[in-house]
Order: sequence, then C-alpha cells, then structure tokens
Amino acid sequence: MDAIILQILNGLDKGSAYALIALGLTLIFGTLGVVNFAHGALFMIGAFCAVTLQRLLNLSFETIDPDKTDFLGQPLKVKTPYVESWFGPDVGATIIDWSVPLAILFAIPIMLVIGFVMERGLIKHFYKRPHADQILVTFGLAIVLQEIIKANFGANPIQTPAPELLSGVATLMDGVVYPVWRIVYFCFAALIIGGVFAFLQFTTFGMVVRAGMADRETVGLLGIDIDRRFTIMFGLAAAVAGLAGVMYGPINAPNYHMGMDFLVLSFVVVVVGGMGSLPGAVLAGFVLGILESFASTTWATTTIPGINQIIIYLVAIIILLTRPRGLMGRAGVMED
Amino acid sequence: MSKTNLTRRGVLKSGVGVGAGVALPTIFTASSASAFTNEPTGGSVTLGFNVPQTGPYADEGADELRAYELAVEHLNGGGDGGMMGTFSSKALDGTGILGKKVEYVTGDTQTKSDAARASAKSMIEKDGAIMITGGSSSGVAIAVQGLCQEAGVIFMAGLTHSNDTTGKDKKANGFRHFFNGYMSGAALAPVLKELYGDDRKAYHLTADYTWGWTQQESIAAATEALGWETVENVLTPLAATDFSSYIAPVLNSGADVLVLNHYGGNMVNSLTNAVQFGLRNKQVNGKNFEIVVPLFSRLMARGAGENIKGIVGSTNWHWSLQDEGSKAFVKSFGTKYGFPPSQAAHTCYVQTLLYADAVQRAGSFNPCAVVEALEGYEFDGLGNGPTLYRAEDHQCFKDVLVVKGKENPTSEFDLLEVVQITPRAQVEYAPDHPMFAGGALGSCNPGA
Repeated sequence: MDAIILQILNGLDKGSAYALIALGLTLIFGTLGVVNFAHGALFMIGAFCAVTLQRLLNLSFETIDPDKTDFLGQPLKVKTPYVESWFGPDVGATIIDWSVPLAILFAIPIMLVIGFVMERGLIKHFYKRPHADQILVTFGLAIVLQEIIKANFGANPIQTPAPELLSGVATLMDGVVYPVWRIVYFCFAALIIGGVFAFLQFTTFGMVVRAGMADRETVGLLGIDIDRRFTIMFGLAAAVAGLAGVMYGPINAPNYHMGMDFLVLSFVVVVVGGMGSLPGAVLAGFVLGILESFASTTWATTTIPGINQIIIYLVAIIILLTRPRGLMGRAGVMED
Repeated sequence: MSKTNLTRRGVLKSGVGVGAGVALPTIFTASSASAFTNEPTGGSVTLGFNVPQTGPYADEGADELRAYELAVEHLNGGGDGGMMGTFSSKALDGTGILGKKVEYVTGDTQTKSDAARASAKSMIEKDGAIMITGGSSSGVAIAVQGLCQEAGVIFMAGLTHSNDTTGKDKKANGFRHFFNGYMSGAALAPVLKELYGDDRKAYHLTADYTWGWTQQESIAAATEALGWETVENVLTPLAATDFSSYIAPVLNSGADVLVLNHYGGNMVNSLTNAVQFGLRNKQVNGKNFEIVVPLFSRLMARGAGENIKGIVGSTNWHWSLQDEGSKAFVKSFGTKYGFPPSQAAHTCYVQTLLYADAVQRAGSFNPCAVVEALEGYEFDGLGNGPTLYRAEDHQCFKDVLVVKGKENPTSEFDLLEVVQITPRAQVEYAPDHPMFAGGALGSCNPGA
C-alpha cells in the first residue's frame, strides 16, 4: 500500500511538470494556433534563470589564504560572496540558500520578455504558414536556444538546491515519507494552474481571450485588438513554462537538454487532453504522470519489459482510437 | 571561329567521372602504394581525436581535447614536456614521432555510435589519420574500435569502462588504458566491507546498456563474494531523467545499500533523487543506509553538488595523486588551462604518449609494429604506478583508486578524496575470466 501511495505521489509530481508545460502549449495553440516546439526550451530557460540568479548571488571577491595552497601549490584564493560581506555571513548565506524561490521573481520578467520577443520577432511571421513550417521554425529555435545555454553554462547538470528548510523528507503517514520539495512543487503547480484558470475565467481580459479563442474574427470585428492580447498570452505561457523550470531545478539538476526531455511527452499530453483544451491538458498531464510512474515499478517492468518507456505512447494510441478528439477536445479544433 | 563539342550530357558525364575520382577515399587509392593505411610520407603525421564535442558528455570531451592538444604540444617539443619527463621510456625526445611533426584532426562522437564511426571514418579516409583515439562512452568505444580494426589503424580508447571493450568486443588494433567494471568491483569490495560490513542487502539501479550491464555484474559478483545479498537489479532507460519512480521501491525493499550503476547525467539525477528521498539518513536492518557509485568522475561529481559528500566509488586517476608523473601532468595542464585535469583528460593524454612511444620504439608507424610494441609492455611514470599493457586482451593493468566525496572541499575542484590506492595485483584477472569471455582479439590489421 505504501508503495502504491508513493507511486501516486511520484505521478502527481511528474504530472505537475507535464501539466504546466502542456498548459502553456495549449494556451499558445488555442490563442495563436501555433504549434510551438520551442516551449520545452522555455522550461529549460526558466531553470537556467535559477542557475543565473544563484551565480549572481554567489559573485565573490577573492582573498589570499597564505596557510593553504591550491592544486598548483600557489597560495589559495578564498572566495567570499558579496552578499555575505554586505549583509553579514548569516543573512548572506540565507539569501543564497533561498536562491530558487527568489528566482521566481527574477524569472517572471525575463520569461515575459523572452515570450514577447519570440512571438513578435519570429513566430508572428508564421501564423499564416502551414503547421509543418511552424514546427520546423520553432524546433530550430529550440535547438538554437539550447546551444546558447550550453555554450554559456556547459553540458553538465548544475545543481540548484532547494532551501535547507524545504529539503529533506516529510512523513505523510505511517511508513510513507516523501521529499518536501516535491510536495512544494505539486502545490506550486496547483497554484499556477489555478491562477491561470482564474485569470481566464474571472477577468475581463481573460473573457476577451476566451472569446478570441472561440471566434477570433468576430472579436476582431467588435474593434478589440485581439492580436495584442494573444501576444500577452504568449508571454504568459512562456512565464508559466519558465516558472515550472525554476521550481524543477531542485528535483533534477538543470542541464541544457532538459527542455527536449519534456517536450515530446508534453505534446503527447496536449494531444491526449484534447488540442486547445486547457482542462484537458491539465487532466492528461496528471493521468499520464501517474501511469508513467506505475509503469516504472519493478513489478511492471518485470511483467512487461520496456513498458516504462512506451506507456505514455500506448495510452495515447488507445485514447486517440477511442476518443479521436482526446479526453476533453472540442469539435472543430485541428480537424480541418 | 573554333567550335567546341561541349554538350550538357557530356559535361555531366565528365563531371561525375572526375568527381567520383576525387571523392574516391584515399584509403583505397593509397593502399596500392603503401605498406599500411595512411602511411605518413611527408614531414608530419596526423592523429585523429574523436571526442564528444556536442551532446551530454561535451564537457568531458572538451577536457579530453585539452589533454590531446597538450600531448601534441609536448610531443613536438613545446611546453614543459609534462609526463614525458617522468615516463619510464625515454624513446620520446620532443621531436615529434619518428622525426615527423605531430598534427591532429578532431571529430565529434556526439556520444552516438553511428556519429562516432562516421567521424572516425572521415578522419581516416579524408584526413589520413593514422591513429584514432578518444570517446567518453563504451558503446562509442566498441563501435569505433571495430571500425579501426577494419580500416587498419590503431585505436587508443579514451574513457570506456565496460568489460566488453577488452572482453568480448576486444580487437587486435584496439588498446585500453582506462580501468573497467571488474576492476572497480575488485577495488571497491574490500573497502565496502571495511566501511559497511559483510552483511548487507544491495539494491542496484543500472543503466540499460553495455557499460551498465557489465558494471552491475562486476559489482554484484564482488560484493556477493563478501557475503552481501543482491536484493534487486532494476534496469533504467539511458534517457531517464527523473528516477523517483525507481527510487521509491528501494524504500520498502529491505535493502540497506543502493548501488547506482549510472554515469554522467544519469548518475547526477539518480543520486540527487536518492538523497531527496532521504535514503542517506535512513536506518534499515539496524544499519545506516548507504549509497555507492562505482564509477566516479570529478566532472560528474561537480554536477551532483552536495549530494556527493561521503559517497564511495572508484576512479582511474585523480589530480591529487602525489607521484611524479601525476604532479608533472597536473602542473602542465593546470598552468595551461587554469584548472586541474579530469581522469578522462589523464587517460587521453597517456594514451597519446603511449602510442607515440610505441611507434618510436618500433621504428615504424605500421599498426602491426605498434601492436607488437604495446603488447606486454611494462611502463611507469604516467600516474598510475607500474603498469602492464597485457598482450592477451590489450587491457592496461595498474593500481585503481577508491575515492569518497569530500565532506569539506576547499575549492570547486577538491570534490573527491582518495580513500585507498588498490594495488594492481588485487584487480587482475585471467584473460579467460567468464566476465570477459567470448570474442577474439584476432590479428592486427595494417590495412593495406
């Protein structure tokens, strides 16, 4: 029983990341009609926002310790972060320790700007082009972005640890322990997803966007600049992906390839959930996360070798055969 | 007014004919006039450095390339000579190899077997490389070694740790300086017994490819010989990034040791996940839960950050060694690049010197002469103590380091501490050992 609960928790955790990325993908597809293969790269850039802030907070000045030597036998240069000298060792160390949560504030404006620039500078020129062209250009953009990150940060993973207070494990019930940060990640994902839905549901801006998603032309005829709102939605989707990446860093050390690792799975999530359906994307994210988690258990891999690697695609095939529009797809979307 | 007979069809025909002639690989055109593949005829000789310049092991590949460049500089008489001054053989004198200036070309393996073979093939056929070296993966090493055997050039393997490289997939033209999975097991077992006792239950997570399989087999055999029980061995996909689903079952498995047969990004992520799930603070069977990472690399340790502290593993070489060879290499490398070399850099540098030395001693670039010079060759002064290139399988036998993640590192490079230098005799095995069975070394192929 404990093992089942743990795998459900793992699934919810994986599903959180899938759902956040798929949510952004669906927002972009639903508003702009663009199949954005660079969305995984935005998740990766978010994670590297946390890496960047961590490095900024660790910017140091050097002093010579004459009693110690470096690997070449020279007097050792000891580095002291500026924040520790400005705010004192304890406060400085605490600021550095909390670099990942602080990176949320750091990442939001950066991701919004990246989203705006991407949409205005490149993707808007492909609105009227076939989906194949959109996939090619966004996939190419994803490769460019990850190569830029690799050139600047290297190919190896870089640790962005969680604050000490949120590290370690929590005992949920007798015999079931679970990493605190993974619980934080799940709650954070739920908050973001809830926030996006509330924004679309309860604000005038959101109402116009939803109207635009349903019938862009009519909204335009009413004199509303729907393109500007859709551009803002692209920025919002980029910010959601970026925040998902920031908070994912303590779970798996960021590396330049992490966006690609999630991209294909997230597309499957979008398709299973139903193209253009925001609730569908979230539901499919969690369902597929849980299924993938159970498929990775020893029992599953021993019974059906390799099931852990194909389960998501298997489920996608079954759902598309039985419900061609996906779990919550709407009629008329991607059916022309 | 002159009239030409040029026609579109004629131009196309001639173009195709000339193009085919030009494109004909030199490997074929040269063979009739040379005694062996890519026999150097001018004042220089070309070596091919085939390393991962893109992909997940690009940082390791970059360090390998630095080491190769340093080796070439030293062979041509530049710099401080590095390990050439401490090498037991004095055949190399800084005038290149057999008086020919050493030049090099590079290829990108991308840590993919097909890409690695393509780049090695290109370096042999187009650039005239007489020796190929490099790589950071056993799958790549085995693939390129096979190609070099067919092409008639020497392959000096870089970082490859699978038993199969000098086991069932060994080739006469291929040589490995790096240690292997069996040696890791043989070196680690006594230390694990001393640290954790002989009554342990081990749970293995193993990367699902040649290196993972042979390492798991080696470590399980070595620890079971101590009295440990292998509770479970779970194969994990090489592409896996989140190991939480694999770690969760460990919690209730009754195991008190987790062995991570992972390397690179897999190791960083699985170790991070294991620490997140509190395994290091867990008590099972009345004992502290322990994690073992049989193959360590400083570059990977950096990626694992704090999680590496106190974790035991093995390594081929470490920059903190205090023998004259290691000190000379660290000084050369550190002065040129500003940081200490990795074990990948060390093995690649040594392999280049060993190849050059073998050619020099043989007096010929002929691969068969080089094979003869390296087989059964005993040497010292290259950082691992007295070393033998065994004739039967072309595997180097030398001391192996058991290391532990340092609790209080003094710098970003000071991540591992050497717990024990396991003597060579303890990691030796018979050429017909069951873990290395199958395949045949065959005979050397000079190519021509």
